Amino acid sequence: MDFLSTLKVLLDGTIVTVELTVTSFIIAFSMAIVVSLAQVYGNTPLKVIATIYERILRSIPLLVVMFILFFGLPSFGIRFDPFTAAILSLGLCSSAYQSQIFRGAILSVPKGQILAAQSIGMNGRQTFFHITLPQALRFAVAPLTNEFTIVLKDTSFAYALGVTELLREGTYIVSTTYEPLLIYLFCAAIYFTVTFSTNTVVKRVEKKFALPGFEFRGERA
Amino acid sequence: MINFINVFVNAFPFLMNGLVFTMELALSSIAIGFVIGIIVGISRSYGKRFSYTLSTIFVEVIRGTPLLVQLFIFYFAFPQIGISLSPITASIISFSINSGAYQAEYIRGAIQSVDTGQMKAALSIGMTKWQAIMRIVMPQALIKVIPSWTNEFVYLIKYTSVAYLVGVPELMAEGEFVASRNFEFMNVFLSVAIIYLAIVMIITWGFSRIEKMVRMPGV
Amino acid sequence: MKVLEIKNLKKRYGEKEIIKGISFEMEKGETVVVIGPSGTGKSTMLMCINRLTEPDAGEIYLNGKQITGSKHPEVFRQKIGMVFQEFNLFNHLTVLNNVMIGPMRVKKFSREKAENVAKENLKRVGLELQMHAYPAQLSGGQKQRVGIARALAMEPDLILFDEPTSALDPELVGEVLEVIKKLAKEGMTMLIVTHEIGFAKDVADRIIFMENGEIIEEGIPSVMLNSPSQERTRQFLAKFMEGR
Ligand SMILES: Nc1ncnc2c1ncn2[C@@H]1O[C@H](COP(=O)(O)OP(=O)(O)OP(=O)(O)O)[C@@H](O)[C@H]1O
Ligand SMILES: [Mg+2]
Repeated sequence: MDFLSTLKVLLDGTIVTVELTVTSFIIAFSMAIVVSLAQVYGNTPLKVIATIYERILRSIPLLVVMFILFFGLPSFGIRFDPFTAAILSLGLCSSAYQSQIFRGAILSVPKGQILAAQSIGMNGRQTFFHITLPQALRFAVAPLTNEFTIVLKDTSFAYALGVTELLREGTYIVSTTYEPLLIYLFCAAIYFTVTFSTNTVVKRVEKKFALPGFEFRGERA
Repeated sequence: MINFINVFVNAFPFLMNGLVFTMELALSSIAIGFVIGIIVGISRSYGKRFSYTLSTIFVEVIRGTPLLVQLFIFYFAFPQIGISLSPITASIISFSINSGAYQAEYIRGAIQSVDTGQMKAALSIGMTKWQAIMRIVMPQALIKVIPSWTNEFVYLIKYTSVAYLVGVPELMAEGEFVASRNFEFMNVFLSVAIIYLAIVMIITWGFSRIEKMVRMPGV
Repeated sequence: MKVLEIKNLKKRYGEKEIIKGISFEMEKGETVVVIGPSGTGKSTMLMCINRLTEPDAGEIYLNGKQITGSKHPEVFRQKIGMVFQEFNLFNHLTVLNNVMIGPMRVKKFSREKAENVAKENLKRVGLELQMHAYPAQLSGGQKQRVGIARALAMEPDLILFDEPTSALDPELVGEVLEVIKKLAKEGMTMLIVTHEIGFAKDVADRIIFMENGEIIEEGIPSVMLNSPSQERTRQFLAKFMEGR
């Protein structure tokens, strides 16, 4: 296999990896908003359910979730192709982490901000949308970026279901070229490039739109 | 439900065998990772140009690439340069290195959060920089880092499941083994999930006890 | 016309009764200053008035309408401004937007109208030039003046001040007090909790001395500060003068 066709196969894999990442991240993001709102503003039963959901999904390995969805669900007549099963599992697991991020962000909006909003006559909805949410989203940017790179790295688990993402494509090339060191290092380099540039881009954007008092807290959880 | 209980009971001995490997992997990786984390964390915090750069590259590269790829490099690629590792050895090495990079960051964060005043005070009573690090800063930093260890250990237990992909007979692999014989995929993997859940809950609880015990008054 | 009437207000936290039945009234255009030792329940009382804290008993009326018991305290809060010790400016909004957001989102003014209202009130507190700054870029005194402008922009019938200068460096206290004095001259109705006795003497139509959740004594500044009738008031003032 010549260099160019190797490169092409790996790039195809990279595209699948990015597709997996973006789709599952968006799914997780939407679910996480619901879960975190339930945890912060919900009544007791909602809080309990949301907390149990979060706890369970944060305790079970992604690989197990993938196997339950892919190999387990068919016994209930529910069948997913590997790609869909991978996206759903990644989304479920990440939603638990993201809901924790949102909850933290909502709770770290200072109490005084809420009091001030109420003092000028805002109702609960107005306070949430005009004061709490905009500040919470800013607090969430750094940890969410980190979570995005975690999801990106975790897409490699989809290898186990046979999804032709980067690592699977790499392994396929290894099986024909017998050059594991070169190929796997190359895969690692691609992953690194994507995570590193994601971090760099977000930091740039964040810096550009930073408000005084809301500087990027570049920590990675 | 009765079927599930049956499957669970029959799978249980196998899963327990697997759990032993899982814990072995996680425990040795967190311990070796701790040593790596301390060394790298200190050189990230106090290192001169060379050791700082080296440790930074190490942390960034390890944290920027998937654990599974790291494992494949040690297990599938190292034989190419004449180093053949058993599945378990390759797993422990890659998990330790991976965990080391994350622990280094926890430790660095903790070192930074220990008041710089502590360093100044230690130097002012005539300690050397090295003494100040080891006797004043690190003891406080390590206490601060305990909550992160809970997380790190939970992560490790979950992530050791990938060792299944290189043939370590850990919990996940045992589940797969049982399921491929009785075809009870759902029930077996749910059993596996429950065992992970139980272990993680026990560990979280245990660590929170430890945390309470060693908490410094007023910190 | 009474702007504010409070009848037998009570509030407890757990076992501890913090406000033990307070009653007083405020006329339109009156400036009332509340003084008293720390932990006496002054902040709690203010927060009960606009129901940021829910009172346990008693009645509060704004312009004759009962606030207590209303299902929509936010309707009354639009008419009651509050200025906080810790400023509590909206950190993610510019100075202009901090002042605009009330008229625009709560009163549903158009953007232009809200902006005009905001600019007018920023001028009143002398901050029209800092309009586009964010709270993090302001000094404490400037922040508190924005806080006052934010309250003013809602055109309140009453403004509550909770130790508006306590979090300020001494050299910044003056600029905030000047603004409040100006409002008093303009006839704004204000209820002010403060430890600035000198300022109280200048600005107050009436001073209330509170201790342990009760009003001990009230009266005009010259009498209250020079010859209080109650021993406890005398002790507080004596300690206070010493402390300064
Ligand atoms: N949310 C709360 N829960 C329980 N206790 C409270 C709460 N808020 C206030 N308290 C208690 O109520 C008492 C009165 O507090 P408050 O803040 O009203 O006093 P204050 O007169 O404003 O004092 P300061 O001059 O220090 O501001 C204090 O003992 C305080 O500990
Ligand atoms: Mg107070």
